[in-house]
Amino acid sequence: MEKIIVCIKPVPDPLAWDRLAMDPVTKTLIREGIPSVINPLDKQALEAALEIKDACGAEVVLLAMAPVSTRPVLRQALAMGADRAVLLSDHWFAGSDTLATSRILATAIERLAPFDLICCGNFTLDGSTAQVPSQVAELLGIPNIMHVSAMEFRPPGPLLVTQKIEPGLVILEAEFPLLLSFTKEANKPRYSSFLEILAAETREIAVWTNAYLQLGAGLIGLGGSPTQMADLLIRRKVRQGLRLEGSPEEIARLLADKISQLGIV
Amino acid sequence: MDFKLSEREELLRKSAREFAESEITPKIDAMEATGDFALDLLKPMAKLGITGIIAPREYEGVGLGYMARTIVLEEMARVCAAVSMAMQVHHMAIAALNDFGTEAQKKKYLPPLARGETMGCVAITEPSGGSDILGMQSTAALKGDTWILNGRKCFITNSHTSDFWLVLARTGEGPKGLTAFMVDKNAPGAKTGRVEHKFGLRGSNTGELVFDNCELPRESIVGQEGGGLGVALKTVSESGRTGMAAVALGILQSCYEESAKFANERVLYGKPISFLQAISFAVAEIYTELDMCRLLCYRASWMKDQNMRFDTESAMAKSYTCDAAANCAKKAIEIHGAYGIMQEYKVQRLLRDAMVTISAGGTGQIGKVVIGRAALAPFQKKG
Repeated sequence: MEKIIVCIKPVPDPLAWDRLAMDPVTKTLIREGIPSVINPLDKQALEAALEIKDACGAEVVLLAMAPVSTRPVLRQALAMGADRAVLLSDHWFAGSDTLATSRILATAIERLAPFDLICCGNFTLDGSTAQVPSQVAELLGIPNIMHVSAMEFRPPGPLLVTQKIEPGLVILEAEFPLLLSFTKEANKPRYSSFLEILAAETREIAVWTNAYLQLGAGLIGLGGSPTQMADLLIRRKVRQGLRLEGSPEEIARLLADKISQLGIV
Repeated sequence: MDFKLSEREELLRKSAREFAESEITPKIDAMEATGDFALDLLKPMAKLGITGIIAPREYEGVGLGYMARTIVLEEMARVCAAVSMAMQVHHMAIAALNDFGTEAQKKKYLPPLARGETMGCVAITEPSGGSDILGMQSTAALKGDTWILNGRKCFITNSHTSDFWLVLARTGEGPKGLTAFMVDKNAPGAKTGRVEHKFGLRGSNTGELVFDNCELPRESIVGQEGGGLGVALKTVSESGRTGMAAVALGILQSCYEESAKFANERVLYGKPISFLQAISFAVAEIYTELDMCRLLCYRASWMKDQNMRFDTESAMAKSYTCDAAANCAKKAIEIHGAYGIMQEYKVQRLLRDAMVTISAGGTGQIGKVVIGRAALAPFQKKG
């Protein structure tokens, strides 16, 4: 095992979602002033990569497409144990939809080649499309296993991947190179130890712009995006009381109907 | 003047917070019920770097400073002040050994403390009192090559969870008649006494140590013979007060979060109670106290990291923050109304925990003696 690439997406901190707004023209999220965190499932992807690194050694490279201001998020991921990071940051990338984003990521991965494995979170907290991992794999011409809920790799044995699907679990034997996208059940991400936090301070975060990737304007950013967000609505939870009246029997029946109607039982 | 935390400090906070929320939270109910420290937290805390945060690298520590320690203790106390309390005393033992121990003592004691194999413990207080340090009655006398230690220490944090104790005893008369010793819990004549049942900080172990003709090798002395007062004062003033202040700061942070959340969720008169000025003013007061205390605590820790004298500043941070934590916990309970006194709600624990911090680690009043001395000095008439 030589190199594992882990795609990391800095996403708006859920604790600050009430302050999120959308640019009325570009229909993209206004991220200024909103703190970023590692997309939660990306931690599972990173943990999986680090477990392989611990077991048989490999260079773990982080790859993110985000504004330069999100460097602390990559530093945190480096402090989990990754070796170096590449931050794809350019105003030409702004407004990219999942296809344009996948083109940018896939091109960067080609620059990082050769690689054995790409690890991604199954979806991101902000977009939740779950399209990027498969698109990246397609563009690179490698297989992609989604919904990975467990992984086992003990060289010289094969890579065993458990895929969670609706009716149950599928256990797959896979060959490198491939792309895996992980679910929450896959593992328990490690904490950044204080020693690793200190060590991460000297690990490289390289910033690549489109000048290095050389992608045409029609392939990236808003111009390269066949889809655009039409609107963004924040879901607000409201507590609501319901008063049931009648005899005890009637109230019990109404309550049972309500519980059934809500799908609780 | 730069009030912004560094990227390193922010990452330390994030890591400590994630750890505390995920690993300490599930242990709280059992610690509250039994009054026992969750010893199984030691290994994961060591792995993260909490146990050895201020121990030098050459003794298997992380080698970070007091600012880092304060942030980490604050984050642990935000979730569970008892665990933070246990760790702050653990750090006191590390600091005392690092400041005053011989190379042999550092090599023997610091690595297991940093690795979380045992807990640190500093034993000064006696049944006759803790503030009146010179009134100490425990004695140590040299017979041949062996010190014979007699006496009783009480209200000692980590007394029963530590394998060795830093103990202060009288070896002569007056201020220069106190000496610090490292005592192995298996030393002949050494034993633990009763375990105390506190109403707050329940998960931090507190108890007695008893020495009945306890035999200690000559090289057990930490620092100089007769230098025990210096060991105690430096340790209590520097690591003790900043540590206790950090514990109280974490309680304060939790008071603020619990109050703000509840005020925004609890609906009365058709809208959240945060719309009532009586409530929003109370939250504002807690928020302001939190900010003031954070500045006091961080300044004291920063001064330590700059090798500046900071006994007055550490006393300010300790005495003010512990009082503020108790006052704000009371306010938080009032904001919660009847819910505030229910076991299911965290704020009642915050008040119980905050009350314990006031007398621990050097009382608030002794802190004010230190501050008063500094405040009055510039205007005292000479001669």
